[in-house]
Amino acid sequence: MRNAPTLALRGRLIRLAGSGTIVTLMLLLVALWLVFAITIGDRFFSVNTLQSMAFQMPELGILSLAMMLALLSGGLNLSIIATANLSGLTIAFLLTHYIPGSQGIAWAGVQVLAIAAGFAVAALVGLVNGFVIAYLGVSPILATLGTMTLCKGLAIGLTRGNVISGFPEPIVFIGNGTVFGVPFALIVLALCALPVALMLNATPFGARVYMIGSNEKATRYSGVDTRAVLLKLYVLSSLLAGVAAVVMLARFNSANAAYGESYLLVTILAAVLGGVDPFGGFGKVGGLLLALIILQMISSAFNLLNLSQFLTLAIWGGILIAVAAVPHLGGKAPR
Amino acid sequence: MPKPRFASFGRFRRSHEFWLLIVILVLCASLGAANGQFLTMQNLFDLLTSYAFVGILALGLLVVLIAGGIDISFTATASVAQYVTLSVANAYGANWICVFAIAIGIGGALGALNAIFIRKLRIPSIIVSVATLNIFYGLLIFFTGGKYIYSLPDWFATGIFWFEFEWGKDTSYGVNLQILALGFSFLFTWLLLNRSNIGRQIYAMGGNTDAAQRLGFHVFGLNMLVYCYMGVMAGIASLVQAQLAQSVAPTVLVGKELDVVAAVVLGGASLMGGVGTVFGTFLGLALLAILQNGIILLGVSSYWSPFFVGLVILISVSATAWSQRERRPRSAQP
Repeated sequence: MRNAPTLALRGRLIRLAGSGTIVTLMLLLVALWLVFAITIGDRFFSVNTLQSMAFQMPELGILSLAMMLALLSGGLNLSIIATANLSGLTIAFLLTHYIPGSQGIAWAGVQVLAIAAGFAVAALVGLVNGFVIAYLGVSPILATLGTMTLCKGLAIGLTRGNVISGFPEPIVFIGNGTVFGVPFALIVLALCALPVALMLNATPFGARVYMIGSNEKATRYSGVDTRAVLLKLYVLSSLLAGVAAVVMLARFNSANAAYGESYLLVTILAAVLGGVDPFGGFGKVGGLLLALIILQMISSAFNLLNLSQFLTLAIWGGILIAVAAVPHLGGKAPR
Repeated sequence: MPKPRFASFGRFRRSHEFWLLIVILVLCASLGAANGQFLTMQNLFDLLTSYAFVGILALGLLVVLIAGGIDISFTATASVAQYVTLSVANAYGANWICVFAIAIGIGGALGALNAIFIRKLRIPSIIVSVATLNIFYGLLIFFTGGKYIYSLPDWFATGIFWFEFEWGKDTSYGVNLQILALGFSFLFTWLLLNRSNIGRQIYAMGGNTDAAQRLGFHVFGLNMLVYCYMGVMAGIASLVQAQLAQSVAPTVLVGKELDVVAAVVLGGASLMGGVGTVFGTFLGLALLAILQNGIILLGVSSYWSPFFVGLVILISVSATAWSQRERRPRSAQP
């Protein structure tokens, strides 16, 4: 008697994970917007507030996309922050040591090459993750815990924990510049989110990722080379961490082995709040973006209200539990 | 499935623990040969003392993993327990029994909250513990302002020093609070998992929750017990850490979750549930401790310590996965 409703509930949960969560998040967004509009008033709608929100969101957003990819396949990527810092430091090192003059083709070329080198480092970490997970069969949490410690260790060992700072103008622009009032970093986030959404929803590769997340064994037996898909997926996840690295080092105008470490669990929080099933198979980029906007809105509003950022953390946690509990509460009613 | 260890040496030889033991013995022998300080009583006691905090938490997490769940909120639980307990002890006075009772009570209560969210609202444990980590930690810093507590009661700061004995001229060893707590935690967790009916039920539930429920196990009760146990361990570990650090720092513990996870999973516990042993966790903890200690004793800059730890984690999990593949070549383990 206790089991039959559970099974029905599971089916319901699966259906809700797609569109249902997005509806819940929309309602939550509108409700929060109203609450903050009433409590804060005009200041909440000022251009400054909106712009500071738009400046703060991209780092967490791109990192959450990286985490989401791994989560969709039923895995986890704990190494995203460490990867971002390692490739950020690579870029920073090249930019501060090999930059010739302050103008010209070589000057621009070194900047492009530095970023390419950073992406190469990120891709390499992704290859290690993907190989160990897909071909050696190590559980993702373990493998990425290893590469996380390894990357962080490499970054700390090489820099002795020091900060590398002072980059050319164009690099700083990525993190701090605006195009027609829109922060460039937000455009970078959009340039990441759109292809990822297209890849997941409109390509065979995306369909395979979802299938692996639902049932890896069945997917393999139906003739999909799951190992190749997973390898590619972890490389993509790492590359997104590389993009986040560029945004981060540009925004702080510096790189360090320990930047953004508190983001790691927040990326999981954002992805799961956005409707990504932590066991894989379900989740949309749209949901993740909504979740990011909600988190950022709470954070900015609390800032305006002079409330502690730590209270923001607590509220984020509370909202995650509330949203995760909604399908269950909804499923209870018909009984 | 739990199996009687040492029942046959052949089975043990093929187990995860065996390979871990070999690695540790080789590591110990080479470190002992390279540096005379490594294989001394002084170093052993220092290691046990400094890894007691991670070790006690690892035992709590082991029980949670065997039950098929995961908890990463324990560092926040420990921070809350530590802060509240020692604030109370400072304000109203207390003794050893009192502080442990308060810390265990707070840890158990926060663990119970996790269990309620997980079983009653049916939210996956990873989501719940990510959320409660932020809730506990955020509220703690919000209400305390993140202030450190430097003045601890004298009796607490002095600690415990039992069975003191002299070694050489001016060094003396004894069983301190850290070692005592670590020893009791190991003993109690081993008894719980291997010598009690409840332990068998935890393994069974972790192996297959639905089957356990159909057999008539009280799944909610078991989960409650498991997460409370984790909380209690966090409470004990928090006092052990505060005594060692001689202060309460509310922001220091959070962020160390993955060190504990690393120790437990290196010890062979599976995140799928139903698999893991106390002996394995001891070995996983020992490997991390010996590695970090050895790197320092070999004179390698401590900046490089995480690099080698990461390398060993990666190699050890890859080797384990590879050896298991060879045994069951066609099984579609992800």
